[in-house]
Amino acid sequence: MSFLSYLINGISLGSVYAIIALGYTMVYGIAKMLNFAHGDVIMIGAYVVFTAITSMALPVIPAILLAVVACTALGVLIERVAYRPLRNAASPLAVLITAIGVSYLLQNIALLVFGANTKSFPSVVGIKPLSLGGGALTVSGETIVTILACIVIMIGLTLFINKTKAGQAMLAVSEDKGAAQLMGINVNGTIALTFAIGSALAAIAGVLLCSAYPSLTPYTGSMPGIKAFVAAVFGGIGSIPGAMIGGILLGVIEIFGKAYISSQMADAIVFGVLIIVLLVKPTGLLGKKIQEKV
Amino acid sequence: MKKKFDKTAKSNAITYGMVIAFWVIIQIMIYTDNISSLMKGLLVPVCAYAILAVSLNLTVGILGELSLGHAGFMCVGAFASAFFTICMKDVIPVAGVRFTLALLIGAASAAVFGVLIGIPVLRLRGDYLAIVTLAFGEIIKNFMNILFIGRDSQGLHFSTKDSVALGLEPDGVVLLKGPQGITGTSKDSTFTIGIILLLITLFIVLRLIQSRDGRAIKAIRDNRIAAESIGINITKYKLMAFAISAGLAGIGGVLYAHNLSTLTATSKNFGYNMSIMILVFVVLGGIGNIRGSVIAAAVLTVLPELLRSLSDYRMLIYAIVLIVMMLFNWSPAALEFRERYSLKRLLHKNKAKEAA
Repeated sequence: MSFLSYLINGISLGSVYAIIALGYTMVYGIAKMLNFAHGDVIMIGAYVVFTAITSMALPVIPAILLAVVACTALGVLIERVAYRPLRNAASPLAVLITAIGVSYLLQNIALLVFGANTKSFPSVVGIKPLSLGGGALTVSGETIVTILACIVIMIGLTLFINKTKAGQAMLAVSEDKGAAQLMGINVNGTIALTFAIGSALAAIAGVLLCSAYPSLTPYTGSMPGIKAFVAAVFGGIGSIPGAMIGGILLGVIEIFGKAYISSQMADAIVFGVLIIVLLVKPTGLLGKKIQEKV
Repeated sequence: MKKKFDKTAKSNAITYGMVIAFWVIIQIMIYTDNISSLMKGLLVPVCAYAILAVSLNLTVGILGELSLGHAGFMCVGAFASAFFTICMKDVIPVAGVRFTLALLIGAASAAVFGVLIGIPVLRLRGDYLAIVTLAFGEIIKNFMNILFIGRDSQGLHFSTKDSVALGLEPDGVVLLKGPQGITGTSKDSTFTIGIILLLITLFIVLRLIQSRDGRAIKAIRDNRIAAESIGINITKYKLMAFAISAGLAGIGGVLYAHNLSTLTATSKNFGYNMSIMILVFVVLGGIGNIRGSVIAAAVLTVLPELLRSLSDYRMLIYAIVLIVMMLFNWSPAALEFRERYSLKRLLHKNKAKEAA
């Protein structure tokens, strides 16, 4: 039974990674940039929910909606101010370093506004733990909500991309920016929309992450951010199902590594698996093969 | 061709001269007591960071591969050399000899890691390569945190659990204590040593860039397939650049380690954050521009300390400065703006007018 409970915990943690990884992978697919500030958007989302619930005494659902709106606005703002001017820069590293700068900026703004103290995140999930097999296996409410949220987001996103015009535009822009523009697609608008969706997902991920691990500091987002980035690469960066699979696998590996091998080595195990996967499949599990032309 | 040679020689001379001038100025400041203790404490780290930035620039700028795990090599160099120093404290009492040996060991072990990691990593491309270097960097840091090494009359004992699991005899000492790291390393690094090592690093990198091997490496960066088609051994040169870069990072690590009394591997000093910080130096100084790396490392290390009076706001300002500088230096719009209103061009225009 402990195996099963580890597995469920792993899937739950992996679902959070998957939601964050979706943001990474969508932005990468369309703007070809690694958005290192994504992890910090998660942290900002969590702080917004924290403030809304503790200081403004909002109920849970409006608080989460507020966080989603705030993060969406933040994501679009970051894209407009920091990333768009560098879209055609000579080196792709320029925008990477700018993203790191944005990451520092968000961390330090949070540090100034909320202080360095660890905040204890309030419980936002009102569902009672589920007891299975006569009490042998307990699944917490947070776990159920996280896994459900992940499934809903996954289905919603797939439908959005495949069935709506805006989704098709995103696919077109990620395929070929120039051709998409010639077809009358608003490239800047589409990229902004991608950032908006990614950041909205980050807000949700922030709430789910902090419900499961209720300590909130300005640096909360950075490690899950890196892990989710690893998950996105693991599944093949740019691929949406890849981010999902990568995220869940990563969560399961991390929890199993912690449980059965060594709790201190869990991160090393996660990264080790990533290295092995990339050596066998150099573009990740579901990544596209890149044909190099001379 | 002769003229071009003169130009690079002149540029190199400026780089070396700049470092020596910096040393002279600091020495004068120390003699006239015009330097705060805070700045004094930064002198060795500045040298170490400059070495790291120059070595990373070899990978990023000259080889053209993004590495996010450079701090891992620094970590290897730091721990290998600190371990050597603490083992040999009584055997080799002369600090100079001991430090030189530690330096060689640190650089060699980092270079060996560079080769070991480089063989699998250099098969990958672009962002995938970047993430794997990040992964290796984190694994190295993580491993240092669980490694315990002790010594008694039986020899060395290793463990990945705790110091009790080493099974030492009563006279044994635990040298490397996992998360607590290595304590009691002698502080052998000085500012002068740091500057000498920086000059050596610069010499190695600049010589390499202008050699036949360096041109081969740059050819691979510019067009891998074309380079391969004219018979350049891709794997060999890639690995060579990567290993030299790692070895030099090891030197930076040795310098860093021997400036501390306690050496621990935290995410701040050897993790992803440090790798990113070094990368920031490289990109801000100019990718492929060795002199720029040195200047950026020095300025960005000193900047947060100069802003100390602003206390809480200093890292905020650092972040804003970073973003603004990147936008100013790299965005096509800003470049066009600078081109239009550059001082040189305005002067030129006036001259043209006068001539007419």
